[in-house]
Amino acid sequence: MIKVENLTKTFGPKVAVNDVSFTVARGEVLGFLGPNGAGKSTTMRMVTGFLPPTAGRVTIGTHDMLEDPVPAKRLIGYLPESAPCYSDMTVHGFLSFAAEIRGLRGDAIKTAVHRAVEMCFLENVLHQSVDTLSKGYRHRTCFAQSIIHDPEILVMDEPTDGLDPNQKHEIRQLIKRMGEKKAIIFSTHILEEVEAVCSRAIIIDRGTVVANGTPQELKRKAPNAGAILIRVNGVAAEAVTGKLRAVDGAERVQLVKDENGTVTARVFPKSSSNGEFGKAVGAAAQGWRVEELHIEEGKLDEYFRSITASDTAKK
Amino acid sequence: MNNSLGNISTIAKRELSAYFASPVAYVFIVIFLLLTGFFTFMVGGFFERNEANLVSFFLWHPWLYLFLVPAVGMRVWSEERRQGTIELLMTMPITPWQAIMGKFLASWAFLALALLLTFPVVVTVKYLGNPDLGVVAGGYIGSFLLAGAYLAITCLTSALTRNQVIAFIISVVVCLFLILAGWPPVTNILTKVLPDNRWIVELVSAFSVMTHFEDFQRGVVDSRHLLFFLSVIGFSLFSTSVALRSLRS
Repeated sequence: MIKVENLTKTFGPKVAVNDVSFTVARGEVLGFLGPNGAGKSTTMRMVTGFLPPTAGRVTIGTHDMLEDPVPAKRLIGYLPESAPCYSDMTVHGFLSFAAEIRGLRGDAIKTAVHRAVEMCFLENVLHQSVDTLSKGYRHRTCFAQSIIHDPEILVMDEPTDGLDPNQKHEIRQLIKRMGEKKAIIFSTHILEEVEAVCSRAIIIDRGTVVANGTPQELKRKAPNAGAILIRVNGVAAEAVTGKLRAVDGAERVQLVKDENGTVTARVFPKSSSNGEFGKAVGAAAQGWRVEELHIEEGKLDEYFRSITASDTAKK
Repeated sequence: MNNSLGNISTIAKRELSAYFASPVAYVFIVIFLLLTGFFTFMVGGFFERNEANLVSFFLWHPWLYLFLVPAVGMRVWSEERRQGTIELLMTMPITPWQAIMGKFLASWAFLALALLLTFPVVVTVKYLGNPDLGVVAGGYIGSFLLAGAYLAITCLTSALTRNQVIAFIISVVVCLFLILAGWPPVTNILTKVLPDNRWIVELVSAFSVMTHFEDFQRGVVDSRHLLFFLSVIGFSLFSTSVALRSLRS
């Protein structure tokens, strides 16, 4: 449904997005991750046709966004980053306007507004002016606007930003449900959200795609993924690390914590190691009072940190 | 085509409702009517003239519009940019041109409504004497076009900045230039400075709304003047579309 090829955007000398390519099919929810200023919003603005790309091409369905913008835009529902709404309108007026500009007429407008209001829990504020709404309601009003025409493609820039935990949960469930039938792109920097909702994730840093895969695949690439964490009571730290280092297939051993006689260590396998490694570590631990022993799954945020450069990190 | 008219009218309806959702519309209309009344009857000497025409009424329109039209139009695009709703508008399945036309026509219709509410002046002059209604109609048409020209210029300046105050000031300056270029005190000075180059003076004053508005006040709807106002509107709106496009790249 969405095909992005070699998308590049420069603002003067600054390259905001550099040669980004990806596709999103129907039934896929693509999570867009990256540090602030990585180019997530700029990419989404090009996908939705707000910004023209400096180079590259965006195809929506069968329509090229540059050459055939109106039919392409018709397929998309878009929630911009700051969730802008016309503040001088009521929620009902705003949604009716959105439905009408999307080409709906007469009773279809009423039905569409009713549906969106129900999905976004806006009944209580329906006739309230947008500028009197709290941030959460404002956000959901703009969200309702993006799904008013039941689009085949949804592009959402930080859809859960500024919501309380309950609302976040609701919106995530909604995205997940809609993702079964639509093609969805959404950006976030909440990594747990990606695991909860996305079928695939892209990590973008300084304008380029640095990772693309399912959340499970990305997690497996985390530095600690596949390592074995062991917590032992009553054994000296040197003895633990020494014995673990001698385990067949161990690449290196990291002492995580040594406190009150409890030693926590992490053993990294050599890349060539196989399922036997776990057993070998288990054998080495024989005779110790083992409180914990498990293979680490890897965490998305560890992976995220290992491949993106933060401007707060000091080298 | 039908579709495009539908989009324009959807935008225009929203824009008009935005005027009436806030007190701005009512404040504007009341001030406009009070000022036209004041200038026509107190300053313009409507009664002293003892003539059954609306010269003292239309005379003041270029000056009144100078401040009131930019006040109406300054928010058209800058507010859209400030609130970020331009991102919504430009990702809707409409062309930028439809959005520009919808917004312009809505504001123009609003100004037309304010202008039509001056009808008591016509009623007064009709009650007191026997005016030539054709001349009155010509004046109204000219005034409407004049407001449209100022409004289109304000739309352009509004698209150039997200600050309404700046949009207002720049529009006033540009519109003031369009008045002064053909205002007799200014053209007289120009003639004195450039006695041998009358064509320069004529060229400059040809750009003035005053030169083109005068004939309308006499009831003459000349196609040249019509063309002048429509081309000012067309040019400004086209420049608006260029400004909006450059802002997005």
